[in-house]
Amino acid sequence: MKTLVIAAALLAPGAALAQQIPPAPPQVVDTAVKASFTKLPEGWGARLIPDETLLVCSQTRNQPSPQQAQAIMAREAKTVTYPQGRIIGDWKAGEKVAQNGRGGQFSDPPGTVSGGNCYACHQMDPREVSYGTLGPSLARYGADRKFAPEDARAAFAKVYNAQAVFACSSMPRFGHNGVLSEQQIADVVAYLFDPQSPVNRPVK
Amino acid sequence: MRPKIRFRAALCALALVLAPLTCASAQDDASEKEIERYRAMINDPMANPGYLAVDRGEALWAEPRGARKVSLETCDLGQGPGRLEGAYATLPRYFADADQVMDLEQRLIWCMEKLQGLDTKPIVAKPFSGPGRGSDMEDLVAFIANRSNGMKIATPLAHPKEKEAYALGEALFFRRASINDFSCSTCHADAGKRIRLQALPQLDKPGKDAQDTMSSWPTYRVSQSALRTMQHRLWDCYRQMRMPPPDYGSEVVTALTVFLNTQAAGGTINVPSIKR
Repeated sequence: MKTLVIAAALLAPGAALAQQIPPAPPQVVDTAVKASFTKLPEGWGARLIPDETLLVCSQTRNQPSPQQAQAIMAREAKTVTYPQGRIIGDWKAGEKVAQNGRGGQFSDPPGTVSGGNCYACHQMDPREVSYGTLGPSLARYGADRKFAPEDARAAFAKVYNAQAVFACSSMPRFGHNGVLSEQQIADVVAYLFDPQSPVNRPVK
Repeated sequence: MRPKIRFRAALCALALVLAPLTCASAQDDASEKEIERYRAMINDPMANPGYLAVDRGEALWAEPRGARKVSLETCDLGQGPGRLEGAYATLPRYFADADQVMDLEQRLIWCMEKLQGLDTKPIVAKPFSGPGRGSDMEDLVAFIANRSNGMKIATPLAHPKEKEAYALGEALFFRRASINDFSCSTCHADAGKRIRLQALPQLDKPGKDAQDTMSSWPTYRVSQSALRTMQHRLWDCYRQMRMPPPDYGSEVVTALTVFLNTQAAGGTINVPSIKR
């Protein structure tokens, strides 16, 4: 066993050494970030700084303690606002939001409307072959939940602020961070919950 | 269609009746194999335009330039003045004369200023090539990195500042920020994931994914018709993360490179590679 450990250490000396290096103090990291991103587009300064929730998620590598998780979900839940009108919008508009990966990048022309880029991480319409696997499959999402209105409302909250539902979720807080509008989120909810949406139509 | 794939498709059709999920992954495997075949096909030095950058870089390395009208041939990249063999395999590293950990691109800028007396402001302002505009940095990196081919990545972690750079890179890798709450680890801390159809290498720990990735940069990007360096790759990652653009040759990019190269230790360099 001992020989094995030594052999492993010889194979990857960098990795073995790296384990003994203490973590960088948070101020050191913040100072380096500030010094390394000096060409900020107007109004982008806040993007450099993690908020209270992201700070915990970064430091725990998305494994918050039960107490930290509770505090995050309680704090983030307060940010969710539901639309005055219907929670289930237009699934065709929602499909466009799900397919659109533009917006928010320094290469995007000013005024670019952001998409949700849902397909980057999730399967949705089972006929779409180009989907990512970072998140769970959402195929038949509404059908599997019998199109229950309370589940549609929960989905709205999840897209608006994923951290209100699942502390340190990898999913962006689309509503909270102002990436998607209330209407866009309602349309994405329709893409998931409208019985006519291809997400819920079985593959023949 | 080759027989093996046809057999697979038939098997898949059968599996469709029994287990749709298994079939989907078999299809994924088949397309992954085809992509692998495509990669092998374009991975030919005689057909890789990245080698044109290597040739341009070689000429540029020896060309007298700057206020002092001297070449870069006495630039010390860590192996002694002018020694190129294996230099890229042990960068970034600490340089006593600059009292700083530098990656190859930072070090080249340093040599241009200190040895050649070259005004590097225009280079730092526009370091990457674009339509109708070449890049001295891309050419020099292609040439110098190529001189480490066949050698193993061995970024040093001996000097206290090299250790600090590693720790900073590690913290940055997991640091979530900006409007999508992303960090590097959002996409690169799991095995076998993909974004849309693009496979994502796992880079948070030592392994083959990290070795294959870091040993194949700089690369010729077919989609951009350009030779791209690690500075460009990480600049582009931050773009996709909805962060502002990191400065060229900044501390953050070098620290991340130290962290990534440490995960990639032992990977055999073969560059410039060619990628999508």
